[in-house]
Amino acid sequence: MSTIEQTTQAVPTGTWNADPVHSEIAFTVEYMAGKFRGTFEKFNVQLVDGVLSGTAEVTSISVKDENLEAHLLSPEFFDAERYPELSFRSTRISREGDEVTIAGEVTIKGHTELAEIRGTFKDPINDPYGSERLGLRLETTVDRTKFGLNWNNPLPSGEPALANDVTLTAELQLVKAA
Amino acid sequence: MRVLGISGSLRDASYNTKLLRVAGRLLRDDVEFTIWDGLKAIPPYDEDDDIGSGPPAVARFRQAIAGADAVLFATPEYNASIPGALKNAIDWASRPLATNPLRNKPVAVIGASTGMFGAVWAQAELRKVLGATGARVVEAELAVGHAHEHLDADGHPADPAQEEALRDSVLLLLGELANAEVAA
Repeated sequence: MSTIEQTTQAVPTGTWNADPVHSEIAFTVEYMAGKFRGTFEKFNVQLVDGVLSGTAEVTSISVKDENLEAHLLSPEFFDAERYPELSFRSTRISREGDEVTIAGEVTIKGHTELAEIRGTFKDPINDPYGSERLGLRLETTVDRTKFGLNWNNPLPSGEPALANDVTLTAELQLVKAA
Repeated sequence: MRVLGISGSLRDASYNTKLLRVAGRLLRDDVEFTIWDGLKAIPPYDEDDDIGSGPPAVARFRQAIAGADAVLFATPEYNASIPGALKNAIDWASRPLATNPLRNKPVAVIGASTGMFGAVWAQAELRKVLGATGARVVEAELAVGHAHEHLDADGHPADPAQEEALRDSVLLLLGELANAEVAA
């Protein structure tokens, strides 16, 4: 069975673009005693004939402190000057009921790694604006050090303050292109 | 292309300042190299004084960094760490963090000391501090121990391997600049 056949069975064909207001791309990472969360405010995601792809602008990272934001954009973290975008492209999408599994490539800071993303799919509905829209809620975990994001600081115990595993989530509402 | 040299030592006959002069001579002719000599004039950091462009000596320091394409630091080591005057100057330069002139600036750190280890701990801490400011810290490494014996009167390392390491540090810094030009 070809990849194309699999993907076209899994999700609708045509072009679907993320509604930026009602979609969100976020990251969560264990920091000290709990989960720390941030978002990327500017992004572009499309589902085109069964291939999901997207980019997020690194400079649009949003956390609750401007100095932390500056640190995250610096060469120690995302190096926004040289690597202004994160990207993702699916190579296979499979679906069983509402559950969806997506294989693809995540690129962060110029490094590309394979990723398996799991999530849920909501079938298209007619929205009040005369468009069709579908929902995708996706989640994957990546090891940030594989992408060259190696910063850390020890806690008084000597343990690292920041975990290596980072959970990336996307809450997407995709609107069918006219 | 402009490279700024910053010595962490205030002493006239500083080994680190001499080392910077030697490094400057290794640069290509089209690279303008200046050693910043205003460290002693920088006042202790006080947020109350950090208004506008700051005190005149600080404003000149910030401008010197902003006007350079890359910065080469040479530091001695005081009590296993960065000399206070140098750390203080970087603290001034780093604020506000989001727009400070060290941000994304290629920087390299080398060092010399009269002790055995060539300021390795001060260098490591300086790299950490520079990383925190948002600078692009190059993986250069040169630690000249027993500097009073291992540097000649002009600051040339007596050990050919250390002269080579100095050359490599400079090349790495310039290489980072070349990358920056490609990336831009």
